[in-house]
Amino acid sequence: MAIEKVFVANNTSVIQEEVLAHRLGLVPLKVDPRLFEYKSESDLANEKNTIVLKLDVVCSRQDGRIKNATVKSEQLQWLPNGSEYQIEKTSKTYTSFSCSQETLPALKDNPIASRYPDIILAKLRPGQCIELEAHAVKGMGKTHAKWSPVATARYRMLPEVALLENIRDSLAEELVEKCPVNVFDIEDLSRGRKKAVVARPRDCTLCRECVLGDGWDKRVQIRRVKEHFIFSVESTGALPPDVLFLESVKILEEKCQRLLVELS
Amino acid sequence: MASMMELGSEEDPCASTFSLVDEDHTLANSLRYILNRDPRVEFCGYSIPHPSENRVNIRIQTTGDPAKDVLKDALQDLMVMCQHIRKTFTNAVDQHKVAKRQGEVSMKSGITEPSTE
Repeated sequence: MAIEKVFVANNTSVIQEEVLAHRLGLVPLKVDPRLFEYKSESDLANEKNTIVLKLDVVCSRQDGRIKNATVKSEQLQWLPNGSEYQIEKTSKTYTSFSCSQETLPALKDNPIASRYPDIILAKLRPGQCIELEAHAVKGMGKTHAKWSPVATARYRMLPEVALLENIRDSLAEELVEKCPVNVFDIEDLSRGRKKAVVARPRDCTLCRECVLGDGWDKRVQIRRVKEHFIFSVESTGALPPDVLFLESVKILEEKCQRLLVELS
Repeated sequence: MASMMELGSEEDPCASTFSLVDEDHTLANSLRYILNRDPRVEFCGYSIPHPSENRVNIRIQTTGDPAKDVLKDALQDLMVMCQHIRKTFTNAVDQHKVAKRQGEVSMKSGITEPSTE
């Protein structure tokens, strides 16, 4: 869910309306998009496919201090009953909500707001004001990145650090020193001797510091484990990362299902 | 609007090109990987004719079975794999959450849980 249409009633700030609308579109909203339906251009805006947010800020000077000089995303208010602006010459508003969105059980205790309250939207000086209504709809990251619930997703193969020979005593200590992420550990053997062991291969960043020096590449070998992937998924805030992973696997399954139906 | 066309299978059903609309590397590469593991497949590859057009061509040549059936089986395999991934992942997440809760409970005794990715 991201803001798609912005209805500006009043904007006396120095920020142009299209710039402000662009910024509003990129604000991540703390709402599960699975609770809503897609809305096409011909559909009416109703409580199942639109979220209405209001921004009403006036910058004034009070008692020598300036109020509302910075407009933050926490000042976006959720209007669960729909639009408040009336379409010209009619008695209808820009949305046709049949019931308040607060009645939805999932939204009752989780009011819709920006996921991060301190995003700066605009800066004002005394006398300037911004009065607008923003309509958020459901979309896909394919169309515009603002709808993507994923921040960064990457994968790497599990590194495997192999010690080709026994590394003892001073060489062991040297090896432990070399690794910037402490992959190696010292294991104390009898009679005060030390041995190097690979303790945390998962932390290895493949920097190859341990094979850098004199003859070290004959003692340590860095490989990757086949068919073992480490995925890192970062969410923008709407959905937790484990849900994102599951939903994306579901999407791949749905693609297969659609094709199978076509083939049969 | 047809989202898939099978070309080149009139004379020989063992070799054909499947042209899929509204698809990209997401499905095509995954399918290609699975198809190459099928012993009936002699050749399998995919191409994107033009990056501006949302179309992908998958070429399958088999050792006797109709290419359509081989593709159907590969799609089934991919679906089963996805379901398995979902199940395994959900179980692992639940186990991790339980372990984390237990780790918080036993924090007083100084026992910490190792983090998993």
